Amino acid sequence: MDTQITLRVDGADHPLTVDTRTTLLDALRERLRITSPKKGCDHGQCGACTVLLDGRRVNSCLVLAVTVDDAEVITSDGLAAGGEHPLHRAFLDNDAFQCGYCTPGQVCSAAGVLAEARAGWPSTVTDDLTADEVDLTDDEIRDRMSGNLCRCAAYAHIVLAVAAVAEAEGVRR
Amino acid sequence: MREFRYERAADPASAVALLAAEPEGAFLGGGTNLVDLMKLGVATPDVLVDVRRLTSAEVAELPDGGLRIGAAVPNADLAADRRVRERFPVLSQALLAGASGQLRNRATTGGNLLQRTRCSYFTDVTRPCNKRSPGSGCGALQGVHRNHAVLGQTLEGPATCVATHPSDMAVALAALDAVIRVLGPDGEREVPMAELHRLPGDDATRDTTLRHGELVTAIDLPPLGMPSRYRKVRDRASFAFALVSIAAAVRVADGVVDDVRLAFGGVAHKPWRATTAEDALRGRPATEESFAAAADAELAAATPLRDNAFKVPLARNLVVRTLLQLTEGAR
Ligand SMILES: Cc1cc2nc3c(=O)[nH]c(=O)nc-3n(C[C@H](O)[C@H](O)[C@H](O)COP(=O)(O)OP(=O)(O)OC[C@H]3O[C@@H](n4cnc5c(N)ncnc54)[C@H](O)[C@@H]3O)c2cc1C
Ligand code: SF4
Ligand code: FES
Ligand code: FES
Repeated sequence: MDTQITLRVDGADHPLTVDTRTTLLDALRERLRITSPKKGCDHGQCGACTVLLDGRRVNSCLVLAVTVDDAEVITSDGLAAGGEHPLHRAFLDNDAFQCGYCTPGQVCSAAGVLAEARAGWPSTVTDDLTADEVDLTDDEIRDRMSGNLCRCAAYAHIVLAVAAVAEAEGVRR
Repeated sequence: MREFRYERAADPASAVALLAAEPEGAFLGGGTNLVDLMKLGVATPDVLVDVRRLTSAEVAELPDGGLRIGAAVPNADLAADRRVRERFPVLSQALLAGASGQLRNRATTGGNLLQRTRCSYFTDVTRPCNKRSPGSGCGALQGVHRNHAVLGQTLEGPATCVATHPSDMAVALAALDAVIRVLGPDGEREVPMAELHRLPGDDATRDTTLRHGELVTAIDLPPLGMPSRYRKVRDRASFAFALVSIAAAVRVADGVVDDVRLAFGGVAHKPWRATTAEDALRGRPATEESFAAAADAELAAATPLRDNAFKVPLARNLVVRTLLQLTEGAR
């Protein structure tokens, strides 16, 4: 069933007619040709499709496009809009990928992790649930990034990349 | 995927009225379970009524010191809520142990509570499954069932089902004696958590006692007043469903168990409130021996399948270890 929506992606408005069954991921990739979000599993299991929706990381493969026509979508492309994003630089400097397929999702997820840490959100490996401040240790990064799979298993260097930015942003001691 | 109409209602009452007139329609929360099942052809609604922005997304104080959680509160926000972290750590820990950061951001409290089983026969429309297609048989009974139920299953007949309820959050809510606030075509009602989810019994298709068109609007947590904790055992350290999990709360006075709450996840078709173990513990010395005896009393009813008997000692050890940790210093 066709429905009119407007998607706001990386700062630009895109009026679109979509079938209600269209996911945000398919709308981005197939309709708007914004291909940095990737389709790995289409079932919420791999994180390759991660984008920021009103600033929060979500799996765009499980979000119906019709539900977000008033939201702000930021993709990995969009993060780089104001020049180079520190996470992009850190992924390059730390050799945090091989094929690169999972990378845009990893980067958006990492941006979400940093925002969640700044907000003081705990994780399942946080010892003191009531602590005000988060220290993004390697274990914290591993747990918080566990929704992003990497078929090339670049995990060790992804942790380094996220840790580098976390340190620069003061959420890692 | 079947074609569907997408609806937003002006308020909860009109959402309920809308769905009451659509026997094949469904409410949509974050969609992280429902959209997945629609892609798989397991759920085939012809109308989706979006309730994510209709119900409250706030956690509010109740006069008795408890909390009211709006059905639209995202799992991530609920886990991070200061009051939950301080007064109901078991709930924060359960949420944080579930799914991934991305999923928790989108998933709602109402949707988490009503998510369907992860049984791989249920999610594959080419396989027999009494829950999805009554009378077709239960593929898991003799098939791949390492992560299925050990308590309260239906083991014969057309309603045979050995599935587990997958929610971590719901296990904590069971231990917390949460009350589910529901709005239906006939008005509001309150459903105690213990009466929300059901065993397969003689109808494996129904996970809960809710009727079609009933909307979860909020969840009330009565004050707890004792230390609590959630522990989850799984095949990998993160982003995996529970093999067995436990939500526990306990208060010890003069070396004796004064009050205790225990609920298991991953062992049954519903969050399993371990009332037999609780009864066996109240008034008993807070020792490893009484914890073990209470767990054994609860698990005496277990009827494990060919490949999941390991869950019984796992559940027992989890009770003992968790209660020992919670009572450290008070024993
Ligand atoms: C890869 C993956 C891993 C996961 N791992 C875990 C895990 O480890 N632990 C865990 O607990 N969960 C896990 N989950 C499940 C996740 O927690 C659920 O998908 C989520 O909580 C569902 O919430 P939702 O708002 O997206 O629900 P939806 O998908 O929107 O809805 C789920 C059901 O609830 C109904 N519904 C929604 N809101 C209401 C309401 N207000 N009133 C009445 N009915 C309503 C819908 O009609 C539907 O039937 C995982 C999911 C995925 C995809
Ligand atoms: S365990 Fe239940 S859900 Fe799984 S195949 Fe059997 S009937 Fe279906
Ligand atoms: S494509 Fe969305 S999580 Fe895998
Ligand atoms: S770099 Fe290849 S999948 Fe991650």
